[in-house]
Amino acid sequence: MTEFTSRQLVDLFRLVALRLAEARMDLGALDGAIGDADHGNSMAEGFAAVVRATASEADLPPGRLLGVAGRSFLSAVGATTGPLYASALMSAGRQLGDRAGFDAQDLANLVPAFADGIRERGKARPGDKTMMDVWSPAARAVADGARRGLSASGQLRQAEAAAIEGREATRAMVAAVGRAARLGARSLGHVDPGAASAAIIISALREWLDAQAPASDGGPG
Amino acid sequence: MQRFLNNPDDLVDETVAGFVKAHRDLVHLLPENPRVVVSNVAPKAGRVGIVTGGGSGHEPAFIGYTGRNMVDAVAVGEVFSSPTAKSFADAVRAANGGAGVAVLYGNYAGDNMNVKMAARTVAKEGIEVATVVANDDVCSAPLAEREKRRGVAGEIFMWKIGGAKAATGASLAEVQAAAQKAIDACRSVGVGLGPCTLPAVGHPNFSIAPGTMEVGIGHHGEPGARVEPLRTANDVADDMLKIVMDDHALPAGTEVAVLVSGLGATPVNELYVLYDRIESGLAGMGMKVHRALVGNYFTSLEMVGATLTVMALDDELKALLDMDCASPAL
Repeated sequence: MTEFTSRQLVDLFRLVALRLAEARMDLGALDGAIGDADHGNSMAEGFAAVVRATASEADLPPGRLLGVAGRSFLSAVGATTGPLYASALMSAGRQLGDRAGFDAQDLANLVPAFADGIRERGKARPGDKTMMDVWSPAARAVADGARRGLSASGQLRQAEAAAIEGREATRAMVAAVGRAARLGARSLGHVDPGAASAAIIISALREWLDAQAPASDGGPG
Repeated sequence: MQRFLNNPDDLVDETVAGFVKAHRDLVHLLPENPRVVVSNVAPKAGRVGIVTGGGSGHEPAFIGYTGRNMVDAVAVGEVFSSPTAKSFADAVRAANGGAGVAVLYGNYAGDNMNVKMAARTVAKEGIEVATVVANDDVCSAPLAEREKRRGVAGEIFMWKIGGAKAATGASLAEVQAAAQKAIDACRSVGVGLGPCTLPAVGHPNFSIAPGTMEVGIGHHGEPGARVEPLRTANDVADDMLKIVMDDHALPAGTEVAVLVSGLGATPVNELYVLYDRIESGLAGMGMKVHRALVGNYFTSLEMVGATLTVMALDDELKALLDMDCASPAL
């Protein structure tokens, strides 16, 4: 498999930041229904901070750069979102270790690594109407795709489908943890904004990998 | 409701900017982090530092309790949203006089995570942190699951006791124990008569129907124990006191401190109407009110409603509660 560099990881963060910035208003509106309307701002600004911090340290190996990304997200974003994505990024960084590059499979493996970091920090369970209702099924889809011999791109395509399904499923859930839990049954009928932004990140990972087509070995999944 | 507002995105920064100007005799902003308010007498060499933090929209909490013999530094979050771990860490650094720092905060998911991550960061710098998590809101979980209860206005007593204990020159473990004892001695309940609107959202994200009240409501509109028709002030006061005292189970003759706080939009005179009945009720139970605070001490934007907090006192808590202090709100 072709190895990607840390500079390409910064490029990936740039795409994630762009997609979140585009969704800023939509995420804000979702959050306005059951939260404080700032989720779009938090996510967009958090990943903008990640891009700024990592762009100036792109000589670090990718695993270490993910650590830099996590710390910069934590400094930029409060609430539960800050610690959760910081933990996700740091968890992914630990899995890559000190390797000099990363390949397409490593990229797909970011999904389960993010899920692990978020689960460990947040302790939310499936059905609690949180971002985990996207990250958990998406992580399972990557593992399942790998077992079935799908390419990394194919795994991410499955993860994307699972993410969208998970996002929509939060509509029928009553928030059990996090800020929306303050609303109890009042949260019913609304998509969880954290689930929506998680699906955007997963889509961006897939989009970025597909755009590197010559470098990845994945055929159509 | 009509508001005094510029850009909602600037609300927190403008609040803090006005606050430190108005109270420059007591507090200032941390130059390197405009989301940290610091007491003018902090840090004190050899004394335990006191830190808290939380979302904005609860003014005068949390920033208003920064000052002498009170909180040394406060991390400021967005409206109803936990401060960043960085702001908590910066607040701890600002409060650190070399004897450790006690972070006394409320039991909310975001605050728990950010304080934990901040504590880990400053530990690497050699600053010892102890935490106490306020969980005085009776209706947010049963007594058997007290660790799940949210922190509300009882936090004010926790800060007062923690700040006073630190002022005596006590160790970090002693300050932590006193603040823990204070919050363990507190029980609170809230009653909501009208919802609040996050300025950036523009509409209330929960509703309280006209003619009804929500008993046990949280500081951000968290659902209460029951919704029922609004009754007279005396009936509501009796209900609030019963909820708090049933959970407390205090022997007759106990001395207590009482806090009745408005949630933002309730006129202060109505708080005194509630207090009148509450103190009579306490007397009827054989309790002795040592000190009462009535006013807007811990609000929730423009929510209509009030909270009642009763803290049971012993000699130590009484002495620490009575110690002189100076902060914008107390």
